[in-house]
Amino acid sequence: MKSVRIGAGLGFYGDSWLPVRASIERGAVRYIASDHLSELTLAILQKDRQRDPGAGYARDVVPMLADLWPLAARHGVRFVLNAGGLNPAGAREAIARLFRERGWRARIATVSGDSVLERLDQLREAGETLAHMDTGADIATVRERMLFANAYLGAQPIAEALSRGADIVLTGRVADAALALGPIVHELGWRWDDWDRLAGGLTVGHLLECSGQGSGGNFGSAHAWAEIPDYVHLGYPIAEVYEDGTAVITKAPGTGGRVSFDTVRQQLLYEVHNPHAYASPDVVLDMGTLRLVDEGGDRVRVTGASGAPRPASLKVVGGYHDGWMGSGIVGFAWPEAYAKCEKAAEIVLALARERGWTFEDTCVEYIGYNSLLGANADPAQREALNECFVRITVRTKDKKLADAFGRLFPWLGLSGPPYIGTMKGVQPAKELLGIWPTLVRRELVESKLEIALEEVG
Amino acid sequence: MKARLAEIAHARSGDKADRADIGLFARDPETYAVLKREVTPERLARHFAVIASGPVEIWPLDNLLALKIVLNGALQGGAARSLRMDNLGKSIAAQLLRMEIEVPETLLAAQRRRRA
Repeated sequence: MKSVRIGAGLGFYGDSWLPVRASIERGAVRYIASDHLSELTLAILQKDRQRDPGAGYARDVVPMLADLWPLAARHGVRFVLNAGGLNPAGAREAIARLFRERGWRARIATVSGDSVLERLDQLREAGETLAHMDTGADIATVRERMLFANAYLGAQPIAEALSRGADIVLTGRVADAALALGPIVHELGWRWDDWDRLAGGLTVGHLLECSGQGSGGNFGSAHAWAEIPDYVHLGYPIAEVYEDGTAVITKAPGTGGRVSFDTVRQQLLYEVHNPHAYASPDVVLDMGTLRLVDEGGDRVRVTGASGAPRPASLKVVGGYHDGWMGSGIVGFAWPEAYAKCEKAAEIVLALARERGWTFEDTCVEYIGYNSLLGANADPAQREALNECFVRITVRTKDKKLADAFGRLFPWLGLSGPPYIGTMKGVQPAKELLGIWPTLVRRELVESKLEIALEEVG
Repeated sequence: MKARLAEIAHARSGDKADRADIGLFARDPETYAVLKREVTPERLARHFAVIASGPVEIWPLDNLLALKIVLNGALQGGAARSLRMDNLGKSIAAQLLRMEIEVPETLLAAQRRRRA
């Protein structure tokens, strides 16, 4: 049966591409599907672009390709990356510069048209409410503060770019799983209304989109995480996808990590809401009929995906400015480490109060006690801590106030409780962003979609 | 007898806007049946009362021996406006594994033997 092997690339902006090397060298992959954009990465890229109009893409794509391209070219491996971010053409220029410098040749395609920030008012006029998907709130409450708004495009433009001969496909925002689904459909020739097969491809894309999390990383468990072999050389997941829509998830031989029923099902349900209606731009997947069979030797067979027709609307995620965070961290050693942290928080908050500062929200957390476990930390343990850090964060609309808050902490060094640890934790104001998920009829987005192909080198 | 979920199950959590989502996984069908019976939306709402302002949803997946759990309104509006150390909700699964449920003694004994 006809098949294609796809390897996972990065799982976020800043992830490591070292494991991708193993997938290309020893994993027999034909494509690398690389996800550089988390829900909020576009906010970082927006700031980059404000400083420099040529920026606004995930910069790590340049050193990544500098490292991997010679190997990939030798093995005939093509890349699909959403590293274009807010500026796919800018990413292409940066990569083209690299290729010209090194004397390498490639056909690079860009897929753009996902940004709708400039068109929000037009979309409203066209009848889209752009109301918050979860709360139903009116977009007018945040419209003026919106920093980016991008639709999640699907796999079709990626498959199209590949059929035009692209070696590297650079996109902006696309559904993460589309990065794999695009090359799968291109290679296996599925129809775009073959819902069950597309659902199988979407499952694969979802299993690959978080790099190491599909092969034993972040293996949520007590004890079992310690049995994952060789984290240092953890291999990213690889999918062998068959013409009939089934697949085997595996990884390159000789790499660390583990592909098993237990590790794969964790990734399958990761960041999924209703598992019977996992929506993508190309198909809606029901995970309830999937079968995962652990064949041993780091191979899990995935069959039984069922799909429903693609939705009439695309998801758009916007990010808007939502105030500033002020923060500081300070630590104390035994004795009474926790009590001294509590006292330090009391002092800092009193200093703020006496200055007449008010905040919309205040959060006090004790690192080493409850900063990750929250209300589910065990209070019986806090008196016995060897050491403890307190982290205090505040929310305010005033950037200066957020900055000033952090500066209350150093004073504790000489005038607070004894055996203080570090003052390195004083942080400048950090911008906070609200997320605005909404829906837009797909034809209003897809009419602006552009695929451009350029031969470089 | 009472036991923490950590003794009998695996869990991973993540974020989407203001939702924290958790996959809770049993190792065998017997344990899965216990999870389905004991891990209810009401019980979870109490366990996460401090952080989850919205409803709790659960989808059982017999094919995966897993429960998909969604805590709505649990991330202070979302990762990028949250003041918390765990703004992405990655440790919310650890909080879940601390929850105590009623587990048949024989099942618990079998799980403990398996680990030893």
